Amino acid sequence: MPSSPVQAQSSDAASPPAPAAKPPAKNHASGDRRFKALDMTMKRHQYKPDALIEVLHKAQESFGYLEEDVLIYIARGLKLPLSRVYGVATFYHLFSLKPSGAHSCVVCLGTACYVKGSGKLMEALEAELGIKVGETTEDGKVSLMAARCLGACGIAPAMVVDGSVSGKQSPESALDKVRSLQQG
Amino acid sequence: MSVKTLKIDDIDIAIEEGATILQAAKEAGVSIPTLCHLDGVTDVGACRLCLVEIDGSNRLFPACVTQVAEGMQIHTQTPKLQEYRRMTVELLFAEGNHVCSICVANGNCELQNVAIAVGMDHSRFPYRFPDRKVDASHPLFSIDHNRCILCTRCVRVCDEIEGAHVWDIAQRGAACYIVSGLNQPWGSVDACTSCGKCVDACPTGAIFRKGTTTSEKERDRDKLEFLVTAREKREWTR
Amino acid sequence: MDITELHEIAEQERERRKPTRIRCCTAAGCLSSGSAGVKHGLEAAVQSAGLEAEVEVCSVGCMRFCGRGPLVEVAPTGTLYEQVTPEDTASIVGALKGGNATAMKGDPNHPFFARQMPIVLENSGKIDPERIEEYIAVGGYEQLHHVLTEMTPAQVVEEVTKSGLRGRGGGGYPTGLKWATVAKMPRDQKYVICNADEGDPGAFMDRSVLESDPHRILEGMAIAGYAIGANHGYIYVRAEYPLAIKHLQKAIQQAKKYGLLGSQIFDTAFDFKIDIRIGAGAFVCGEETALIQSIQGGRGNPRPRPPYPAESGLWGCPTLINNVETYANITPIIRNGGDWYASIGTEKSKGTKVFALTGKVNNTGLIEVPMGTTIRQIVEEMGGGVADGGKVKAVQTGGPSGGCVPAALFDTSVDYESLQKLGTIMGSGGMIVMDEDTSMVEIARFYMEFCRGETCGKCVPCRTGTVQLYAMLTKLINRQATPADLEKMEALCYMVKDTSLCGLGQTAPNPVLSTLKYFKPEYLELLKSADSPNGKVNV
Repeated sequence: MPSSPVQAQSSDAASPPAPAAKPPAKNHASGDRRFKALDMTMKRHQYKPDALIEVLHKAQESFGYLEEDVLIYIARGLKLPLSRVYGVATFYHLFSLKPSGAHSCVVCLGTACYVKGSGKLMEALEAELGIKVGETTEDGKVSLMAARCLGACGIAPAMVVDGSVSGKQSPESALDKVRSLQQG
Repeated sequence: MSVKTLKIDDIDIAIEEGATILQAAKEAGVSIPTLCHLDGVTDVGACRLCLVEIDGSNRLFPACVTQVAEGMQIHTQTPKLQEYRRMTVELLFAEGNHVCSICVANGNCELQNVAIAVGMDHSRFPYRFPDRKVDASHPLFSIDHNRCILCTRCVRVCDEIEGAHVWDIAQRGAACYIVSGLNQPWGSVDACTSCGKCVDACPTGAIFRKGTTTSEKERDRDKLEFLVTAREKREWTR
Repeated sequence: MDITELHEIAEQERERRKPTRIRCCTAAGCLSSGSAGVKHGLEAAVQSAGLEAEVEVCSVGCMRFCGRGPLVEVAPTGTLYEQVTPEDTASIVGALKGGNATAMKGDPNHPFFARQMPIVLENSGKIDPERIEEYIAVGGYEQLHHVLTEMTPAQVVEEVTKSGLRGRGGGGYPTGLKWATVAKMPRDQKYVICNADEGDPGAFMDRSVLESDPHRILEGMAIAGYAIGANHGYIYVRAEYPLAIKHLQKAIQQAKKYGLLGSQIFDTAFDFKIDIRIGAGAFVCGEETALIQSIQGGRGNPRPRPPYPAESGLWGCPTLINNVETYANITPIIRNGGDWYASIGTEKSKGTKVFALTGKVNNTGLIEVPMGTTIRQIVEEMGGGVADGGKVKAVQTGGPSGGCVPAALFDTSVDYESLQKLGTIMGSGGMIVMDEDTSMVEIARFYMEFCRGETCGKCVPCRTGTVQLYAMLTKLINRQATPADLEKMEALCYMVKDTSLCGLGQTAPNPVLSTLKYFKPEYLELLKSADSPNGKVNV
């Protein structure tokens, strides 16, 4: 039988894979406006389980990312198993379970941009920020991300800084933009 | 109820309308390898081992979810299918960390059985050696993700038969893994009833009873089928 | 709302218009090039020239020549300005009275425009997408009225069938046949879905249609709803298109306000409502069964077909699912007849197709050409060849599911069958030009990296095969691969293609297979044993 030289792990010596879950959030709804926004979205969809993605969008928009207690709150509201909510939240790239930086910098790595050198943009930015794509700088200022295609292929290569798209970028112009973020 | 007649590997077989090719093959005594199929739960057509050829089409059809039709001529063991099955098993072995010699399921493992059935003795694809975890937080059971082939039988059996939905799939693509609750230790998931159906459903040694050591895993697979029949047909005795 | 009121709205809108309209493109492409500032500048310039009474500045959708944006067009003279800056605006307004504009003048008779045949894009760049009145003024919603009051559902399906229209999402399935199948399903509840999850990198046709002419999609979907017996539609649009979402939301609100969506449309018994569902960044959700899963709030995992959505789709109900461009063709087909549409294009591929022409080509942007136009005409005449006088090497169509067409085969006509014969596909319409500096192996790896990241992980060959193929391509690019590795890679390509569950996996090896077919020397040159004088890999 095939076997790999990887070290064998005995079943008992193992540690749990994830940090222990916090006790379910019970009293959030009172006071916090962001939870009220969630309630409204769920109500608008009649608390149907089908509305999960819509509600996750709202949660991401209100909280910036999907905290554990927010996911528990949603699971309870839509009457869904926790693992189902977690499975959906981690399937889609746009949902983030970790907080992101104060500024976002997205480089389009779609084909048209790639052919026009967006890979070099990304390399330059990674070097400048000292992080890899998908990470946030240590000071929490900038998150560097990649997009599959922004549909801005006519003006490739494109990047998006804090929501505004700029086309026909060079590594130099991209670095200028990011440096001003770091100072701001 | 109408009956369809068809040929599987040149064996004539008559079976009721709505049956799948896999069911027909079983009745004809033709063995088709499967991994994600489990009697009693919904089929997902994910492992692609049960693909068969049907005369008149150049596509391959998953036997577990393809319904029989009148006059079908089905081939289950063409050289192409054999080659593809072997590759599928090789890909599975290369994807996880499957070390039979120290596995609880050694000698009683469906992945191992399929590998023997398709004649796979080594993988031509390099092993990926992924960094996967083991969760031994449950008092009775453990899950070793190194041995998981993502067949999702545990997910379906827990959801459809036990109704607890402890498990689901997290992430996507190569990063997929079986997740319990909100990515929390299995032992801390309130929904788990400790029924052990996932242990019975797991084709490999990924989910097992604590205290089981190398080659000791046993499963009561018939129990799952029994439960389904019991509920559907009200037959409460074996 | 009845037809008289519709005509009144159109009449009022035409009367409201000023004799001279300066159209400024504010679709995503030009917006990113700074067209908001240009529009602002134009408005200020009109005001300071005291021309408000006769000149208006309006926001319009995509004018197609995205690479030269921001674009400004003056109607009715048709003067086109390219790469306009806010500084140019005063002189553009001045030119209305005989001055000289400093802005670069575009040539509306350039082959880039002259070869086009706008059907899907007929209103794009002409009307303000945020005002339903402008759509009505160009005849919008009249075909919905015509269909509801003068045609039976069967006649509508018949007309679409006659047109020969085929699915524009890439598959090319006959639209009429699909409609007829759903129409025949004996169920009360049916759904219409518009697939606006345009995920192919390098494709932005659907985005432009949604941004520039959203009502056309709503009207097309409503007609489809009537034809198949559905009263509820969903538009699944990717979250990466915020402007398209905004325009769609606005369009739905306006249509509801006028009673063009909702209950008893045009005082008939037909009810139709449309909801938007926003994707969350998953390419696989462009696959129809995955898209349905996603609308239902689940993971975007495709499921085996049959049953097809036409039989069992959204919540198990019969569901018609078509792409944006397919719906965009419906209104013109009803207006001019199926025979008219069938007279355009080739024998088996009717009508026009919109392509996003991008990459190393001089003229980038959107083009709508009749089926049967050759790749050479598109790349060399319309696209103007490679920038900086380089040589075209190949064109990639169909994104991660497609393949490359080498320059030697550029006389191939663009239609479903011809492209398939070359080992690529029509796809949704991305057309990326590559020059001699582009390494085809790198491109193949680029697409495999894409598929590896986008596979849902459900079926084994796609989940693990894409990982292995990517590793093999990397090994090759690092000059570590042997001829045996290359053979193994090709074998795995065929296995993934034949055994994967859905279209993503079934087509994922295409970029590798097609570059292996036409550019094998590039692969051989990278083999470990080969001594190559040109060790550098260019991207």
